Amino acid sequence: MNENDFLIVDNKEIPIEGEQNLLELIRKAKIDLPTFCYHSELSVYGACRLCMVYVEGMGLVPACSTPPSPSMNVKTNTEDIRKMRKIIVELLLANHSQSCPTCQKSTTCQLQALARRLGITEIRFKNQSKNIPVDDSSPSIVRDPNKCVLCGDCVRICSEVQSVGAIDFAHRGANTMVIPSFGKDLDKVECVNCGQCARICPTGALTPKSEVDEVWKVIHDPNKMVVAQIAPAVRVALGEIFGMEPGVTTTGQTAAALRAIGFNRVFDTSFTADLTVIEESNEFIKRIQKNEFIPQFTSCCPAWVKFVEQYYPEFVHNLSSCRSPQQMFGALSKEILAAQTGKKREDIVVVSIMPCTAKKFEAKRPEFIHDGVRDVDHVITTQELGRMIEEAGLNFRELDPESFNLPFGFKTGAGVIFGNSGGVSEAVLRYVTEKLTGEKRESYEFTSTRGENGIREIKISLAGKEFSLATVSGLGNARQVLEKIKSGQAFYDFVEVMACPGGCVGGAGQPVFTNPVVRQKRTKGIYENDRMLELHKSQDNPYINELYTSFLGEVGGHKAHELLHTGYKSRKRIADEGMSLSSSDGEQTIEVNVCFGTGCFLKGAQKLLRDILVHIDTEQLGDKVSVSASFCFEMCEKGPVIRVGDKVIEGCTLEKAALAIEEERQKVLGDKTVNSMQ
Amino acid sequence: METLRKFEKVWEIIDQNGRDSSRLIPILQAVQAEYRYLPEEILTFIATSVGISPARVFGVATFYSLFTLKPKGKYHIRVCNGTACHVKRSMDLHNALQKKLNLRDEKDTTDDMLFTLETVNCLGACGLAPAMVVNEEVYGQLTPERANEIIDDIINAEAHNEQDTHRL
Ligand code: SF4
Ligand code: SF4
Ligand code: SF4
Ligand code: FES
Ligand code: FES
Ligand code: FES
Repeated sequence: MNENDFLIVDNKEIPIEGEQNLLELIRKAKIDLPTFCYHSELSVYGACRLCMVYVEGMGLVPACSTPPSPSMNVKTNTEDIRKMRKIIVELLLANHSQSCPTCQKSTTCQLQALARRLGITEIRFKNQSKNIPVDDSSPSIVRDPNKCVLCGDCVRICSEVQSVGAIDFAHRGANTMVIPSFGKDLDKVECVNCGQCARICPTGALTPKSEVDEVWKVIHDPNKMVVAQIAPAVRVALGEIFGMEPGVTTTGQTAAALRAIGFNRVFDTSFTADLTVIEESNEFIKRIQKNEFIPQFTSCCPAWVKFVEQYYPEFVHNLSSCRSPQQMFGALSKEILAAQTGKKREDIVVVSIMPCTAKKFEAKRPEFIHDGVRDVDHVITTQELGRMIEEAGLNFRELDPESFNLPFGFKTGAGVIFGNSGGVSEAVLRYVTEKLTGEKRESYEFTSTRGENGIREIKISLAGKEFSLATVSGLGNARQVLEKIKSGQAFYDFVEVMACPGGCVGGAGQPVFTNPVVRQKRTKGIYENDRMLELHKSQDNPYINELYTSFLGEVGGHKAHELLHTGYKSRKRIADEGMSLSSSDGEQTIEVNVCFGTGCFLKGAQKLLRDILVHIDTEQLGDKVSVSASFCFEMCEKGPVIRVGDKVIEGCTLEKAALAIEEERQKVLGDKTVNSMQ
Repeated sequence: METLRKFEKVWEIIDQNGRDSSRLIPILQAVQAEYRYLPEEILTFIATSVGISPARVFGVATFYSLFTLKPKGKYHIRVCNGTACHVKRSMDLHNALQKKLNLRDEKDTTDDMLFTLETVNCLGACGLAPAMVVNEEVYGQLTPERANEIIDDIINAEAHNEQDTHRL
């Protein structure tokens, strides 16, 4: 195409500069054409038909999937088009549960906004909405199919960007729905709780699950000491809800608002992010020295952790054993505040304010619950805090700034940049460079870790050794990197992964945004925040150092392990019951259950099963043994796995299986003789 | 061993199709031919074997009407509810059969797996309206009473078969 090519949009000449479709050019003409199913970060789907425009000589075409060509004459507001748009929106509304005032998306819903914009005051079609049950099984996301307009945005972000594919279109015609496989609940399938589907969903069909009511309840309870921790990414986005620019830091107002709402202490998750840097860096140095479990993977993003547990069991030990800053905070603050105030652990309530829906899931992981009390009691998102501030009637922008409580309110810039993709790597580099060389460095920025690419590689030489790092955001990108590591095409010492594109600033709990520019402004805001702080390296945080001397003892020591580290296990993707393959008709049955999950399948479960069945046949055990297949015992790295009775056998071979069956048979026989003797 | 034979057949089908996700529809067809329906665990297994998400496989399996995810009865009754049959009150037939077989809209197969009752849009036998099909056999100009008789005949025939097999 020529440099001077242009086309005409509503009587205005618009230059064509490499745009892929008419929609981009129309937007360049400063016309906000309505769309539901177009997103620059996703493939073009062309289903909603809202973007229809008139092109001379071509008639009506969808702008999102029509390539521009020079001297096209495009009209976006003819009478026909305006009528058609109204009809489309009215039809959508007729199929929609109309509960706007009580909907979580109320102020940000694009369907509602469009109805207003197009001046729709009545719906000429009969209401067809079906009253399908709402799925609130997931700790992170609520799915209300009655509000779905079938734009497919969630389906594409989950499969294209996250490579998870937990939800998809099913059924057809008037019954078409977007649902998890087999219509199961979301918490029974492979969803990693990243919430990106809820971020992109134009309506209230997918929303982050609210914990606001629970939080008000503890705030009103005079026996509880309610403690807030606020994540790095929240501070550069909360203001958007109150009309401020993305990226503007609002820590002072946030602290004031939290106290006005009734929180007893206001702390900063960046403090435990500093702590994470120290623990994780030392773990890294140890692994390098021992040459064990390299690359080390970061573990602060719970969606990423679940992703590894589900899809890459062979890599679970590469995850850093460090808990995420949120969970470190919960464990540590409860322990220390209980000792300081004499309050019982269950009367100290930790509420996190996170940009993230996956953190809600993380807080409920059984490893982080002790004696029925969670380390982190409630997780609310930036959006939810915004709602609480509104409910409390606070004029957020006018609040006199206040500061965080000490000691957990004091952080260095290293703990703040965790909010950006690349931040953890940079923070770790700020520590490791000094630790390995033994020298203090003047500068602190490692700008090579920064940038917009979903996969960035960094090479750095330190104390005579070359290190290679990757910072990744988006789980689809993570999958690519893992596959390369697996096949030996790539080698890294350290890999940082954040599930959300751009990192936590782009989390699904943040104020709703679809334009990537909003996220980029928040990213900038985080780096500015770092620059404004006095200290930039976690090792310089005096309160962290004090914490080690007075309480934790050694880095990576016993106490640190108890409170700051954790473990992982492989995890099945879909809840299922297994499938019976042969059942004995005898009364005493030995149950043999062979894992057929992907992990075990790749390690030869198929042949093993066949061998076992032949064995049963030749040994004439058919009336004593029942065989069934299951999908994943959650020990995939040790496959093939089978279970005989209640004994689990890892790395199973025919010999091991036969032996176990024989042992089980003796046991059954033994029981029998005992029984008959009695 | 029957279930195992079927399961092994599934491996075979997947392998024959090169574990290729673009061959999903032929794979599902072949598997359905084996099981007469598509069991959930088998769909999950197919999804992992060809490397796509179970939700997508489920989507394909529910999109095409030729696939069924529920086991169907031995006798598959389809009552026509096309325009011609509808005006001749074919839904009366359907309701009568539902009542007789103790079925509901959400439960279309009898517990003994003998009957599945469904409606279709036009069997191409409009001249015979109202019409229904049992497996391959078309019955026309029906009344609810006549439809009930047809079912009774099948039940009786089945009972005889049962006795025969028992005598053997
Ligand atoms: S939360 Fe993430 S993984 Fe789960 S369905 Fe949504 S996009 Fe997919
Ligand atoms: S759930 Fe939301 S994003 Fe997904 S198809 Fe429905 S309206 Fe679109
Ligand atoms: S990148 Fe951040 S916001 Fe997104 S899922 Fe991970 S921890 Fe949550
Ligand atoms: S935005 Fe073009 S069809 Fe939906
Ligand atoms: S595949 Fe997970 S234990 Fe077998
Ligand atoms: S309408 Fe019933 S057969 Fe055509």
